[in-house]
Amino acid sequence: MALKIVKGSIDRMFDKNLQDLVRGIRNHKEDEAKYISTCIDEIKQELKQDNIAVKANAVCKLTYLQMLGYDVSWAAFNIVEVMSSSKFTYKRIGYLAASQCFHEGTDVIMLTTNQIRKDLSSPHQYDTGVALTGLSCFVTPDLARDLANDIMTLMSHTKPYIRKKAVLIMYKVFLKYPESLRPAFPRLKEKLEDPDPGVQSAAVNVICELARRNPKNYLSLAPLFFKLMTSSTNNWVLIKIIKLFGALTPLEPRLGKKLIEPLTNLIHSTSAMSLLYECVNTVIAVLISLSSGMPNHSASIQLCVQKLRILIEDSDQNLKYLGLLAMSKILKTHPKSVQSHKDLILQCLDDKDESIRLRALDLLYGMVSKKNLMEIVKKLMLHVDKAEGTTYRDELLTKIIDICSQSNYQYITNFEWYISILVELTRLEGTRHGHLIASQMLDVAIRVKAIRGFAVAQMATLLDNAHLLTGNTQRNGICEVLYAAAWICGEFSEHLEDPMQTLEAMLRPKVATLPGHIQAVYVQNAAKLFATVLRKHEGETDSHAAQETSQLLIDRLPLFVQSANLEVQERASCILQLVKYIQKLQQKKVEVAEEVTALFAGELNPVAPKAQKKVPVPEGLDLDAWINKPPSESESEDEKPKAVFAKEEPKHSRSRHTEVDEKELARRREARKREQANNPFYIKASPSSQKVYDAPGVEHIPVVQIDLSVPLKVPGMPMSDQYLKLEEERRQKEKAERKKEKKKKREKRGKERKADSGPESEEDIAPAHQVDIVTEEMPENALPSDDDDKDPNDPHKALDIDLDKPLADSEKLPVRTHRPEVLKSPAEDRVNESIPQETKKRSGKEKKEKKKGKEKDRKRSKEEKKKKKHKEVEEELLESHPEEAVQSEETKEAATPPTSTSAEEETAPSSAAAVDTSSAAAPESEPDEPKDAEPEDTKSSKHKKKKQKKEKEEKEKKKKKRHHHHHHHSNAGGEDSVQNGTVEEEEPLPPMSNYFLLAENSYIKMMKEDADQVYDIQGNHQDESKVVVSVIFENKSDSFLKSMEFNVLDSLNSKLQRPEGAGAHDSLTVPFQLPPGISNEAHFVFSVQSIVMPQKLKGTLTFIVKSDESSTHEKLDFKLHFTCTSYLITTPCYL
Amino acid sequence: MQFMLLFSRQGKLRLQKWYVPLSDKEKKKITRELVQTVLARKPKMCSFLEWRDLKIVYKRYASLYFCCAIEDQDNELITLEIIHRYVELLDKYFGSVCELDIIFNFEKAYFILDEFLLGGEAQETSKKNVLKAIEQADLLQEVSTEVYYHHCKATAIGVHHRVFGLSL
Repeated sequence: MALKIVKGSIDRMFDKNLQDLVRGIRNHKEDEAKYISTCIDEIKQELKQDNIAVKANAVCKLTYLQMLGYDVSWAAFNIVEVMSSSKFTYKRIGYLAASQCFHEGTDVIMLTTNQIRKDLSSPHQYDTGVALTGLSCFVTPDLARDLANDIMTLMSHTKPYIRKKAVLIMYKVFLKYPESLRPAFPRLKEKLEDPDPGVQSAAVNVICELARRNPKNYLSLAPLFFKLMTSSTNNWVLIKIIKLFGALTPLEPRLGKKLIEPLTNLIHSTSAMSLLYECVNTVIAVLISLSSGMPNHSASIQLCVQKLRILIEDSDQNLKYLGLLAMSKILKTHPKSVQSHKDLILQCLDDKDESIRLRALDLLYGMVSKKNLMEIVKKLMLHVDKAEGTTYRDELLTKIIDICSQSNYQYITNFEWYISILVELTRLEGTRHGHLIASQMLDVAIRVKAIRGFAVAQMATLLDNAHLLTGNTQRNGICEVLYAAAWICGEFSEHLEDPMQTLEAMLRPKVATLPGHIQAVYVQNAAKLFATVLRKHEGETDSHAAQETSQLLIDRLPLFVQSANLEVQERASCILQLVKYIQKLQQKKVEVAEEVTALFAGELNPVAPKAQKKVPVPEGLDLDAWINKPPSESESEDEKPKAVFAKEEPKHSRSRHTEVDEKELARRREARKREQANNPFYIKASPSSQKVYDAPGVEHIPVVQIDLSVPLKVPGMPMSDQYLKLEEERRQKEKAERKKEKKKKREKRGKERKADSGPESEEDIAPAHQVDIVTEEMPENALPSDDDDKDPNDPHKALDIDLDKPLADSEKLPVRTHRPEVLKSPAEDRVNESIPQETKKRSGKEKKEKKKGKEKDRKRSKEEKKKKKHKEVEEELLESHPEEAVQSEETKEAATPPTSTSAEEETAPSSAAAVDTSSAAAPESEPDEPKDAEPEDTKSSKHKKKKQKKEKEEKEKKKKKRHHHHHHHSNAGGEDSVQNGTVEEEEPLPPMSNYFLLAENSYIKMMKEDADQVYDIQGNHQDESKVVVSVIFENKSDSFLKSMEFNVLDSLNSKLQRPEGAGAHDSLTVPFQLPPGISNEAHFVFSVQSIVMPQKLKGTLTFIVKSDESSTHEKLDFKLHFTCTSYLITTPCYL
Repeated sequence: MQFMLLFSRQGKLRLQKWYVPLSDKEKKKITRELVQTVLARKPKMCSFLEWRDLKIVYKRYASLYFCCAIEDQDNELITLEIIHRYVELLDKYFGSVCELDIIFNFEKAYFILDEFLLGGEAQETSKKNVLKAIEQADLLQEVSTEVYYHHCKATAIGVHHRVFGLSL
């Protein structure tokens, strides 16, 4: 043995260690691969040795090589060997290697389960720590399942070092093995109040991570976290909690209201930017969730915006970036407050950091209004000119188009200006977004009828100057705009002033160098133009012009007939033959224009992007069925030409139909013409004017050098800037006019229109043109859409688990060793889940309930009357079996058998009300002993019970009150919203049904009321505490159930309170009988020694089933769970 | 946090820690892509970038880039804080740390990281506690290996780049 050790250390002297390896790699830069392959060979040799030290050294080297990208999966088993070394030095290396190299597919992981379990339970905390750390990296579903219980035990380890690791790793376990979440959750929750801050913060971390994914299951923890938030000073913890609240508030707006104040305090007080940022983000989330309900939180918004402004103004690029990012979130709900910081945002466009510029651009998108759109776009256009990189310039371009086209061109008041902007954008060299500009041109020209004349003129100019756009290569994306230009000129050729000239431009030989799909459009639209020209010249005595046009086509089209592009060729040859035929007719002096025009008649309307999807599938049509045999897979898809258009259809929210009467229109048009005539900046788009581009990079155009002190205006080309001025003037004028009108009106109407005298609002800006934006067409019977779904592959989806439901036996984690503790769901909090369906279901019931509550008084005095009015089951019970149910006040209290679980909440308050009134009305009748039910009940326990009852009554009265309000809220919505504003604050969510199944067989069903409602602790902790358990018995059979006896096997800690004189094992008689289908409730009192010990009591219910023919004796076993938490009295916590 | 990468200005990976299960192939692809993207950024640019559906937070310390991937809702600033905290820990442990320390003692760098973060979450925010845990664990190690570390650190390569200047 000793020899072996010596031999081992001698071996090691000759082995390379990690440092040698690293150094070797650095020294063999030229032949690194070769060097490493020899190293790997050495490592393989080393791994074959018995010496664990050598093996560990080899594994360590492998881990390094793995990082360099070499495959080391072959050594997985050796890694496991090193992991299982008893020496910490090697174990540590083994686990490190495993955490770096293992993944779900590694099969040796199966072998590690027992080793890891051994390490987890090691007496040395660092062994456990290392195992936990490693496990966090390579945990698989199998490992998670097998080790979940061990890790859960470690959560209560004596050393905080282990506890915090165990808590953190639980999150990974939950992800891999979601079934473990419910059993482990109570303990996880306990850790939120661990004395060690590290453990506490770990628990906060885990719960926050869980809650972020499935917030609704964690709403009940809100009070606890709220307490933590207000008490904690650890920024790391605070950030997590605040983030958690950010996830919860959308589900529970009332929580948001409570959060605003502490969050704003934090914003004011903290110096940590990370915390400030988190607070601001959550405040924003809160405000978003409140935006519908709460009118005024302008102070908080202002605070956020101010703080963000400080961030944005900071010299730190990171803060600037985050400030802009958060600002964009505010923008969505409170655009006004952000808009006032426009200057700052525009400044950011000049930032040297591109990511900041892009963020600022994002913001601008939401900041535009009718008022400032032109100004903002002008600034952006300046940046387009300045931008160096094409990526950023392209980004700017798309943003400009996005900004302008958003919400169906909502903010554009002057479409002439927009067309000019689009035309200016075509001057960008080398942009990828030619098709985007083109589709905008098409969209505007098609949908804004009023602009067609202007658009056509501009497009004709573009076509005329096509050579500037096409520039050098076909790859130049901008030539796509020619597609749009040609189409617009052709389709709306009636607006062209000189169609002949445009036709000529479209048939230039240079066109043949354009991409095929554009040529095809050229050819097709040349034909449309031809039709227009013919019609124009029809009726003229001299048919020379028309014939000249035909000749032009016949001369030029053969070029396209020879095109390699099939589409172009086909269209060209078709049209060529057509024109030849027309020429013949023309020579015979036949009038053809009418017929040629008919070829292109008909209006084209835009189709909504979703239209195709919305076409309802006819009955009996299976779209998935193959019409022919499916093609073999090898068949390659034909390369289709890229669909250029119909991709960027603007998102359409609502169309604006502005109806103006003809007179008004004419008047305005007249006014505009006058204005234009007098405006030296207004450029009439006349085709005769000289066309020169100032696009860069077109040196071959002969330019006459003129010395101009005045900036040169290029006639014929629209300048968007001039529209800005024009618009200003127009607005001024309109404003003045409006003022005049208003004055007049005011004189007439007096004070009536006082409110209008404010500053110019959005709506006041009338568009320059009366624009009718054509809506996109949808098919008839379009189906409503609902097509967003969560990603089914999201691992967190599996963790969407209701944590408030009690734990079933089947859910317990697989346990190896004996564990006495039983985990059960903790007490439900009042601030529980909101289940909308249930609320809805209830509101109807509550209505009844309310009625019933009012009538209870009368019911007391006039029992007869109520018979007709109420059909509730319990009343039926009272009526049909008065001798059984109405025994005494005492039993009556208990005798409110709910019909179904969902109805229980409603019945409880009503019974409470009944008791309330009865005890007030007839206190002297109260002490009547029940005739046949619980005659042995002791005075003392009864007294206690009564006391409890009273407390409960009070509670329930309160609850009823709240229910009452809630009812108002849901039914009478708008009318008393003012009142609701205050009431709502105090109102907890409708609690879920508190009863859950205790035991059940074919005859009877036992339901136990859940903890917080029932387990009331009486007396102080030294004395015996008493706990009342309410059990509902429901007869499920067709037979009569009687002589029910309830018994529980007492434990040392918890005992069922039996009447005096009864033995410790005697059973209690249930104070009622159950006819078929009826349920009733009984209370049982337990005395509890210690409330810090969880308990599980076994019990039996025996009863006689009596049917017409026979009667049998039956038995039902059940278990009562008392957890420590269930002893707690929950006082409603209002945030 | 989804993963953390350390790489040099030359694009050489120095440390990687993955908190999400991914295949080796995927890891390599992500690493390559991120190293390229981050190295291409200009020095004055902010430390955040959006990448796929994640947010990348990176910071350069001397010749090393520390790069973390976080999810959409995570806090960028606290991630920067985590990176900085880790650098501080390395600095305290190695005594004014340099890239070579991490190259030659890469497993130590991992051990420190593992004491600081677990499963992508900060497990210990106190620097003192992290270092204490590491030191105590180191005590359990065999003495012989300790000797190696000191030996190596001294002889690592003539020039020591003490450039991790931590201006805190």
